[in-house]
Amino acid sequence: MWKWIQRQASPKVFYSTCTRLIPWFFWPFISFLIIGLYWSLVVSPADYQQGDGYRIIFIHVPSAILSMMVYAVMAIAGGIGLIWQIKMAEVVAKVSAPIGAGFTIIALATGAIWGKPMWGAWWVWDARLTSELVLLFLYLAYMSLNSAFDNPKTAAKASSILAIVGLINLPIIHYSVVWWNTLHQGYSVGTGGIKDPDMQIALALMFVASIFLYALYVSIKARTEVLVREQNSRWVQEEVRSLVS
Amino acid sequence: MTKRQNRMVLVGLLVSGVFLAGYLGIKAFSENLLYFFTPSDILSGKAPTDKSFRVGGLVENDSVKRNGMIVNFSVTDNLESIDVIYEGILPDLFREGQGVVASGSIVNKCVGSVCENTFIATEVLAKHDENYMPPEVAAALESTKSKE
Repeated sequence: MWKWIQRQASPKVFYSTCTRLIPWFFWPFISFLIIGLYWSLVVSPADYQQGDGYRIIFIHVPSAILSMMVYAVMAIAGGIGLIWQIKMAEVVAKVSAPIGAGFTIIALATGAIWGKPMWGAWWVWDARLTSELVLLFLYLAYMSLNSAFDNPKTAAKASSILAIVGLINLPIIHYSVVWWNTLHQGYSVGTGGIKDPDMQIALALMFVASIFLYALYVSIKARTEVLVREQNSRWVQEEVRSLVS
Repeated sequence: MTKRQNRMVLVGLLVSGVFLAGYLGIKAFSENLLYFFTPSDILSGKAPTDKSFRVGGLVENDSVKRNGMIVNFSVTDNLESIDVIYEGILPDLFREGQGVVASGSIVNKCVGSVCENTFIATEVLAKHDENYMPPEVAAALESTKSKE
């Protein structure tokens, strides 16, 4: 088992694994996205209170869940990099940050667009919205810290510690609507808040599409990162030569 | 201990330290993180009297009175309720039975010897709940509720 992991974590094997996985992530992503959008916009009925305006939930909730999931992956991969010094874990952590920040921005932006007509305000400083904004700042801090060092090993060490410290924010975001009075409503997912089966299916499809999007992004970006890190090794030079010619 | 175990312990200490600090911080600041007070909180004196704050709850049924741009209504948490006066545009979701959060401050209005608290709102936001369903389901739920 340990041998197998070590082999998988060697840059060359990891690079070719990513290459092979890309189509396995791309096609499911496209299919789930198209079917999910159709289910969200056409099949699902309008809400009894919010009419068609509630449909932004099908983007908002998957992005918000992914923004936290990606952070957890990033911090855990960073921790694995720290403890076992697996370089490919550092690569996964590093390339996760931009798309995690992207999901956070989408969650915040769709939330604001949704909040204006329904609540009457683009933004309020309640615990849920504020802690999600802190998550965005954590991603930005991670990315700046990671690019502040010339040596990738030092960069990974420093930024992984930051990522692990920031883990505390995830339970705060998740439980903010339970622990405090917030303007943001409580959980809809997992509590039977979404009563219509078509709404549930649409949300599930969009969620799976988002996971495939994340996996696709990581497998594409990790390849680039491996090439940059291993630029002095022979297999990379051969690979690049074959790509260029 | 090998170096790897050493690092494992360090990361473990880091994680537990951070979570302990976070727990204590949340404990200490939990009052400040409340976005609004409920009518019960206000009547039991938990809300500040010298500065503005927010009150949250449901708009009481048959309490909304419109007078031009000025709206009077009561906010209730099903235990206590408080009268609110607001002048301005209300969000689309505002209606009787709907959750709202109003920011403003409280004044003590006295008519003769009877004094009651009135909340002067500067902003009213609608708070919607976590339920999403088509109108037919909402109607069905409503009718089963009224049968009970």
